[in-house]
Amino acid sequence: MTLSDGYPTETIIGLEVHVQLKTQTKLFCSCSTRFGAPPNTQVCPVCLGLPGALPVMNEHAIDLAIRAGLAIDCSIPPMTKWDRKQYFYPDLPKGYQISQFDLPICADGFLDISNEADLETPRRIGIIRAHLEEDAGKSMHDEAAGRKDSRIDLNRCGTPLLEIVSHPDLRSATEAKEYLNELKLRMTHLGISDCEMQEGSLRVDANVNLHIDVDGKKIATPIAEIKNMNSFRAVEHAIEHEVDRQYDVWEETGKTIKDEAKTTRGWDDAKGKTFLQREKEESADYRYFPDPDLLPIRIPQERVNEAKANLGEMPAKLCERLQTQYGIKLYDANVIVNQGSELIKYFETAATRSGDGKRTSSWIQQDVMRTLNENEVSIEEFTVSAEQLGDLLRRVSGGDLDNARARDVFSHLLKTSDSVEEAVKHLGIASVDSSEIEVLCRELLDANPQVIDDVKSGKQQAVGALIGQAKKKNANANPKQVRETLLRLIEQS
Amino acid sequence: MLDSAQEVLQLQSRGDATAVEIATSAIDKIEATQESINAFTHVDRELVLSAAEAVDQKRRDGQPLGPLAGVPVAVKDVLCTRDMPTTCSSNMLRNFRPPYDASVVAKLRESDAIIVGKTNMDEFAMGASTETSAFGNTRNPWDLSRTPGGSSGGATACVAAGTVPLSLGTDTGGSIRQPAGFCGVTGLKPTYGRVSRYGLVAFASSLDQVGPIGWSVQDVALLLQCIAGYEPRDSTSLNHEVPDYQAALQSSDLRGMKIGVLHEALDVDGVDESVRAAVLSSIEVFQEAGAEIIEINLPHSKYWVPTYYVIAPSEASSNLSRYDGAHYGHRAKQLDPEKAESLGPLVATYCQSRAEGFGAEVKRRIMVGTYALSEGYADQYYNQALKARRLIKGDYDAAFSQVDLLLGPVSPTPAFPLSEKIDDPLQMYLCDLFTVGANLAGIPAISLPAGKDAAGLPLAIQLQAPALEETRLLFAGAAYQAMTDFHKLRPDTFRS
Repeated sequence: MTLSDGYPTETIIGLEVHVQLKTQTKLFCSCSTRFGAPPNTQVCPVCLGLPGALPVMNEHAIDLAIRAGLAIDCSIPPMTKWDRKQYFYPDLPKGYQISQFDLPICADGFLDISNEADLETPRRIGIIRAHLEEDAGKSMHDEAAGRKDSRIDLNRCGTPLLEIVSHPDLRSATEAKEYLNELKLRMTHLGISDCEMQEGSLRVDANVNLHIDVDGKKIATPIAEIKNMNSFRAVEHAIEHEVDRQYDVWEETGKTIKDEAKTTRGWDDAKGKTFLQREKEESADYRYFPDPDLLPIRIPQERVNEAKANLGEMPAKLCERLQTQYGIKLYDANVIVNQGSELIKYFETAATRSGDGKRTSSWIQQDVMRTLNENEVSIEEFTVSAEQLGDLLRRVSGGDLDNARARDVFSHLLKTSDSVEEAVKHLGIASVDSSEIEVLCRELLDANPQVIDDVKSGKQQAVGALIGQAKKKNANANPKQVRETLLRLIEQS
Repeated sequence: MLDSAQEVLQLQSRGDATAVEIATSAIDKIEATQESINAFTHVDRELVLSAAEAVDQKRRDGQPLGPLAGVPVAVKDVLCTRDMPTTCSSNMLRNFRPPYDASVVAKLRESDAIIVGKTNMDEFAMGASTETSAFGNTRNPWDLSRTPGGSSGGATACVAAGTVPLSLGTDTGGSIRQPAGFCGVTGLKPTYGRVSRYGLVAFASSLDQVGPIGWSVQDVALLLQCIAGYEPRDSTSLNHEVPDYQAALQSSDLRGMKIGVLHEALDVDGVDESVRAAVLSSIEVFQEAGAEIIEINLPHSKYWVPTYYVIAPSEASSNLSRYDGAHYGHRAKQLDPEKAESLGPLVATYCQSRAEGFGAEVKRRIMVGTYALSEGYADQYYNQALKARRLIKGDYDAAFSQVDLLLGPVSPTPAFPLSEKIDDPLQMYLCDLFTVGANLAGIPAISLPAGKDAAGLPLAIQLQAPALEETRLLFAGAAYQAMTDFHKLRPDTFRS
């Protein structure tokens, strides 16, 4: 990147992403991980850190972490362990967080993201490690209520998190967003995490600095870690802002990475600015040591192999397959894959049945997804089955139904448990006999002779008006059939 | 009658006494000795009598009764009890009532034992004299001017004083064995993982273990039987079947057994002549019972105490972080305005709550442990200690490839006078010279009464066995007690 009026500058970004693993229960106790429960209702002696309570590891979290690691091409070492990371804070009731220090469950992976400069060759972003840890609770400093007290909700305490740490390989805010999109896609697609930033099931910290090229000499600006970003858009904006800010500060002060330790900055979404949170990284000494309450975890190769075998298709591969197999565009394939495995299954079943991938894809993106959103239901709960949709769209493609009538059938299917055939019957959409159509068309041509002239002089679209009229006279008249009949009659006249 | 659980069981089954009568006499005795001995931190007569009444009712109704039905048992105040405070003898937890029972406490209840109360201890089990308790020191029933030992001083003194036949202690570096030795009773530290630690308030998690205390090996075996076993709530608990410990006690024939004697331990500076003599004369007893005696060296034994005093405080510094005044336990009521200003109210609350809530020894160990784990020092201290621990364990493995049991002293001296060592932590730490090895290696060990010194103070010997070989300890211990009467000696306070 080159700032228009400055030296050539390269942006260096590394991301630390926390994803909350989709387990029913917490990492070390059997409390629920459900989001949004009243404060301090999903707690027990273990996650409250009461004296004498002991942690017991949730095996499902290990499975999900292995899955996540494989999804980002990490290696899974045969032995991993738990360590205590110690610091005092009221939302951390034990005074330490159970985490992983020197032997993380996943190491040395990468994530490929699309490359603006060269669409053929993706950009490979290195992943240093991904480790498991328990979440802390939430502190709420409610000054607005006129109280000086802070309140603590420990429901979240002990929820399993996977912290995924990238190499500083990202070179722009756009790339950071690409990376997050791809990561989220994989994590949601594989059922590892919901990745809802609003609910905190995905959190991002961005480490940013600049390499400024001053007449061939590379100058690095001090690193800032940006926190409190609550959407991918915010991450993008925060990095963009930070890049400009660091350049300006460098121009003003000349301070480089050697002059200033890493700082922590918050992101103010409303003001569109990052702001200083901590002057310099307090020489935090977490006094890590292996947690004596938990045994080391041995992960035999067979377990990794099994996880690999059950991993399923990666989103990128899946998109490719959907494109070739069903003849849909990359954009549409992406939209479908982004919706998760249930919707993908729905699409594949419906498309196979209808024999028309493009039509199925567009119906799913419009009618189906709109209905899901309006009724706030998931695809699993949807009343129109993939088979029904396939049957319906087969009729549309075959010319038996037009889109408008098909929508009527779709609405009927939503409300009843009828099959497509029953619905068609119920709505009186009988196929109209071709002789009947011919009579109708003759009547229309007799009443509108100028259409014949228009068509003969090359304006084929003139029949359109008559098709509309035909529909009015007989709602079940198939427009395609009407059109063909009209053109035939005009030719013969 | 309150010196034998077996007898308490028989009295009831013969109909000669009810659980209520037995519990009443236990409570009466506790109250009568509390001022002089101070073995208890909490006793609730009503609660005890209603539990005893429930057992009597069960017996009257002909319902099946647990193996400890109607036997009064005292519980060290480091084990969580849902119906009594659990203080760890600390001001930090003076008013803490856990909402749950420790696993061992639940097992006592299932066994129909009568939990008579909570016993005094060194604060958070840190000490060897019960003098660091926030509730005042416990006195030794054999000589009220002396310590009962620690940290389970209340748990051994209450047995020695005749208030209950059995009690539960905990042992992190000798906290059952040393006070058992000082009080002339039998105390066993099981294999690490043999008994669930769930609900045992952690001091040093990789070393802590709950164990039984009583007069005889028979009674200790009975209590161990009730508390041993795998429990999924403790990830470090061992999933091994629990043997029938009673069955091991039938014979006193030790022919074919090889016992290693730790002669080097006897030659260490500071070992009292009476302690040496007790060990040497026990050798003769074991030989007489048919055991073969072999001299054994544990080359790294000189590193036991230094290793222990890095690992235990390191873990303690972490385990005790949770006592910050934020969620439960002591919170400073009035912040020092200057500190609140300079540190901010949160950090000032932490600092002051912990400064007020913890005693000096606990603070010392938190500071030692924090230092040992700190960046730049961990390699020198904590990580180095972990390496030493592996060597120490290796010594034991090598020794147990040659012998079945190891015989040696429990502590360098008999019970010392109160206040003698409380201001000299190093001297106090040296009390653990012979006991911390078993904790570092995770193996079981038992302290057995072995006579009296010239001043009339109890002497003791220690047997150590490979992991999960409690049966072997109990077998040899029972044989020793079959041939000696040391476990039948009683202090004058017992009779009064």
